[in-house]
Amino acid sequence: MPDLNYSDDLIQGILNDTRTIAMVGASAKWVRPSNFAMKYLLGKSYQVVPVNPGSAGSEILDQMTYASLTDIPGPIDMVDIFQASERVMPVVDEAITLKDEKGIKVVWMQLGVINEEAAKKAEAAGLTVIMDRCPKIEYGRLFSELGWCGVNTGVISSKRPAMRR
Amino acid sequence: MSDERKYGPETLAIHAGAKPDPVTGSRNMPIHQTTSYVFESADHAADLFNLQTFGFLYSRLTNPTVAALEEKVATLENGRAAVCCGSGHAAQFLAFFTLLSPGDHFVASRNLYGGSLTQFGVSFKRLGWDCTFVDPTDPANFKEAIKENTKALFIEPLANPGGIVLDLEAIAAVAKDAGIPLIADNTMATPYLCQPMEWGVDIITHSTTKFLSGHGTSMGGALIESGKFDWTQGGRFPTMTEPDDAYHGLTFYETFGDFGYTMKARTVGLRDFGPAMSPTNAFYTITGIETLPIRMDRHVENAQKVAEFLDQHPAVAWVSYAGLKNSPYRDLAQKYLPKGPGSVFTFGVKGGYEAGVKVVEGVNLFSHLANIGDTRSLVIHPASTTHRQLSEEQQVEAGAGPDVIRLSVGLETADDLLRDLDEALSK
Repeated sequence: MPDLNYSDDLIQGILNDTRTIAMVGASAKWVRPSNFAMKYLLGKSYQVVPVNPGSAGSEILDQMTYASLTDIPGPIDMVDIFQASERVMPVVDEAITLKDEKGIKVVWMQLGVINEEAAKKAEAAGLTVIMDRCPKIEYGRLFSELGWCGVNTGVISSKRPAMRR
Repeated sequence: MSDERKYGPETLAIHAGAKPDPVTGSRNMPIHQTTSYVFESADHAADLFNLQTFGFLYSRLTNPTVAALEEKVATLENGRAAVCCGSGHAAQFLAFFTLLSPGDHFVASRNLYGGSLTQFGVSFKRLGWDCTFVDPTDPANFKEAIKENTKALFIEPLANPGGIVLDLEAIAAVAKDAGIPLIADNTMATPYLCQPMEWGVDIITHSTTKFLSGHGTSMGGALIESGKFDWTQGGRFPTMTEPDDAYHGLTFYETFGDFGYTMKARTVGLRDFGPAMSPTNAFYTITGIETLPIRMDRHVENAQKVAEFLDQHPAVAWVSYAGLKNSPYRDLAQKYLPKGPGSVFTFGVKGGYEAGVKVVEGVNLFSHLANIGDTRSLVIHPASTTHRQLSEEQQVEAGAGPDVIRLSVGLETADDLLRDLDEALSK
């Protein structure tokens, strides 16, 4: 497994600049991790657009679901991939094709999702790539919530933390 | 975790987990002496109950003061996450409850705190958890005891009571080969003296009652995970990788990743069995840990002086302290405990049982009681107290023979401690 070291500044910058997230593999079942992450990110004022061919045309957590990135009508800042590593490449290819049209800046692969070939291709196309991380967990870690359940956030500071809503 | 700067143990002991309060600016972590927390809305309440968002719900599961301690302990142990609870024994219960189903088995060192031997060998048996105890000084003994249904190894790297240091790296290799986690009770060494996760330990337990809180004031326990163990291997850990009925079919490893084990220990173990740590005890423990590095340096310095003094004393038959030149564990101690092998050790007094009783009754500074890791120096004669129900043969096997005295050397002036022991031994 590659040693994936992303700086707190990089992750925090992505989470601050991103407004719209296309979540590929979002599940309508509330007990699935993707549904957890989607609900949490919606609660933090991100616009999350679920992408799931099986649920296309219906709503997940009150958000219209699309069959592919191409079908999403508006702009997308970040593509968040909740799929097995070997199924990442076609999503990345689609993101590269739509990069300028949709304004896509980041491809984010979830915990346990690592595809180095796809990452290289996306980076070569000018996209920022994060692998093997969860935006919900990183948001919680960098904005003080994750320590609430005993996780080592790695944040050492004598400054009053800014709580985001 | 990322490219952030590395801080030293003294800085982390003070600052980890202890950011100023975002609302009030309180610099010290306040004691959040509350049982419960107001929900923002019905939906927020549902999210919290479903574990869909981070937040406080009920202090049996999470509390802001306890959470600050949890992050501090997780950081000091180089772990991913921690969960705190009412005592070290509660931490051990949570450690195994999160892993084992009835009919499962684990292998433990036979050189453990006596209370752990009883918890594992007698009380856990009633839950259907089977434990085999082995001589831990040969790592091959762990390998031989591993069976099809073995789910973990358990050790004390620096063993209570008697100055034994284990070969952590070799035992971790046995666990890794078998695809099972190695659990270490790091109470005796503390994260300042020993860093078990650097040597391959996957899970750490603590009685925070001892050196971490440090002043004999506050009961507590901690369970820490490294976040590096792959729970999917071999289909051996269904409690982590299969949908859990206790949470509507949620799968902990898949959902929470590298802190799924402590999340499960918290949200199922603490929730359903209830051994929560009190916020006030968490506060005292946080305050204690801030001075852990300087206290441990002095504990070790005093212990070394006391051990060397006893080693030369005519009334003393033997001293078991890994800091002594003649200790068989000196090399292992220098590898795994380079800042010193703790301050709890045993010695044998000439004259057996009667002489042992005379020493604990003859001291004036050492306190005769059943605890370790206090600022005060402590002494106990196991054969007349904690191990008195055992036969002499059983006592000897447990390292608690009639002549054995256990010391927990405190922070008093070293010369005063030497004089106190000398007077008691000469009576």
